[in-house]
Amino acid sequence: MSSIIQTDAAPTQIFPEDAEVLKGRSLWDDARNRLLNNKAAVTAMIVLGAIVLLVIFGPLLSPFSYDYPDWDNIYEPPSVGDAHYFGTDSIGRDLFVRTLYGGRVSLMVGVVATIVSLLIGVAYGATAGYLGGRVDNIMMRIVDVLYTVPFMFFVILLMVVFGRHLILIFVAIGAINWLDMARIVRGQTLSLKHREFIEAAEAGGVSTPNIIRRHIVPNLLGVVIVYITLTIPQVILIESFLSFLGLGVQEPLTSWGALVNEGAEDMETAPWSLIFPAVFLAATLFCFNFIGDGLRDALDPKDR
Amino acid sequence: MPSYILKRLLSAIPTIFVIISLAFFLIRAAPGGPFDTDRALPPEVEANLNAKYHLDDPLVVQYGRYLWDVLRGDLGPSFQYRDFTVNELIASGFPVSLRLGLSAVLLAMVIGGAAGIIAALRQNTATDYGVMSFAMLGISIPNFVVAPLLIMIFAVNLGWLPAGGWNDGAFKNTILPIVSLALLQVAFVARIARGAMIEVLRSNYIRTARAKGLPGWQIILKHGIKPAMLPVVSYLGPAAAAVITGSVVIEQIYGIPGLGRHFVQGALNRDYTLVMGVVIFYGFLIIAFNLLVDIIYAWLDPKVRYS
Repeated sequence: MSSIIQTDAAPTQIFPEDAEVLKGRSLWDDARNRLLNNKAAVTAMIVLGAIVLLVIFGPLLSPFSYDYPDWDNIYEPPSVGDAHYFGTDSIGRDLFVRTLYGGRVSLMVGVVATIVSLLIGVAYGATAGYLGGRVDNIMMRIVDVLYTVPFMFFVILLMVVFGRHLILIFVAIGAINWLDMARIVRGQTLSLKHREFIEAAEAGGVSTPNIIRRHIVPNLLGVVIVYITLTIPQVILIESFLSFLGLGVQEPLTSWGALVNEGAEDMETAPWSLIFPAVFLAATLFCFNFIGDGLRDALDPKDR
Repeated sequence: MPSYILKRLLSAIPTIFVIISLAFFLIRAAPGGPFDTDRALPPEVEANLNAKYHLDDPLVVQYGRYLWDVLRGDLGPSFQYRDFTVNELIASGFPVSLRLGLSAVLLAMVIGGAAGIIAALRQNTATDYGVMSFAMLGISIPNFVVAPLLIMIFAVNLGWLPAGGWNDGAFKNTILPIVSLALLQVAFVARIARGAMIEVLRSNYIRTARAKGLPGWQIILKHGIKPAMLPVVSYLGPAAAAVITGSVVIEQIYGIPGLGRHFVQGALNRDYTLVMGVVIFYGFLIIAFNLLVDIIYAWLDPKVRYS
């Protein structure tokens, strides 16, 4: 984008001393500056980065594996001495490693299911918005109908019916989360459709799928990025909700929701088994929400 | 207005149909059946049971019969609770869930609305940041984390409130479940109310009221609050749906005999009719509630006219 406005190699400089000032700033430069000035969002990004690094590399710091029962140390409170940094659970498994493994599952589900919902939502919304007319009407009526369906109940049913399969969790959550995305993308597409560059592409004989892919979708990027950061915490929440009900990932693998559930049962004897996963889960959701808010302020110039 | 309501009711028909069909075929695809026990039943007994509940008919015939029954308002017998019909189970569980849900939504409206408006009036002060940070915290901590933490603090450590149970709806037993259920909604409502109030404060008619020399509190009470609550009202629909979903977990944690618990237990036990009954009932409820919210909205906002 910025290549068009580059001034440093301009052949005729009328006011050479102003060349620095005239240097072009793209929408993205602007957005980045605004985001970096938002202290809450920057802090959230740092904390989230730390959590992600810890979740990936943290298990290497512990001698235990996530499913190893240390029978001599059942309900061991957190201590550095015997390397159970977050204590152990009812069968002596190390909670530090389990919390981080749970984080891997929760974050992975969050990202993958968001991508699923993103693909469905953007394709659906862009198509409806671009084609317009009767097709748009029918497609959006379908979305309206699906909106009123109590989907959480169907996800629970899906998990009960087809067993607790990691891939099914991705698909189920992604498949219910695309509705908002489709609506937002459609609205944006409608307003993009009448812009000159789209008309130019149409006049130039570019095919409809190519216009949607090359011209509509890239221009939706800003909205979509904001929406992704707000969807990931939602998905993590749904996954933990399912795991909490005992319908998520299968033992001995775990996720933050499953750990909170186990911790809630043991909170009288072993409060640490509730507190550590709860703090990690809440901190992650907190960070995503702050980053999402910051991005929205940064990318939406109307809101300044 | 009546023709608008009629139109909305008619447009609910395909939704209900989708809900019923999805629920029906999904639960029937589940492995296992409602009469599975640890010891296998003698084949004759199982055949008799299946015949009694018409489970030996082709699936399409069962589907047709179920649709017809639902049309007449009959959700069928429960497979797990042998002596009860699904209608009876819903009738006994729903009042409990309704009380929890309504209290939570009401709490969210009053506390969230007040907090949001105060934050807007004190924009960019410590109060504002305090309220908004608290709201962000409420949005980020899921209710199934809040509930055990509240139990740990107020029941286990302080011993002020019971850790669970319903006790026929005694006030003490309802406090923790309602607070756990309402927290997320309080946070959302506070954010929405703050945004709306800031917008209202910038509008021309507020400036006119100021120019006329009305005292500040009177401007807020008479001209500010009503328009600021409009977006909150339109959030009521999604809020109700969220509270219904949340009640599944909250009822499980606190051991409350409401509808949400029936649903999870029913799904695990392959209690076909009970699961479908709860889903259909809640589907109806959400549709009816959304319609009600839209009517209230039109009544509050004279600019909105439905036709």
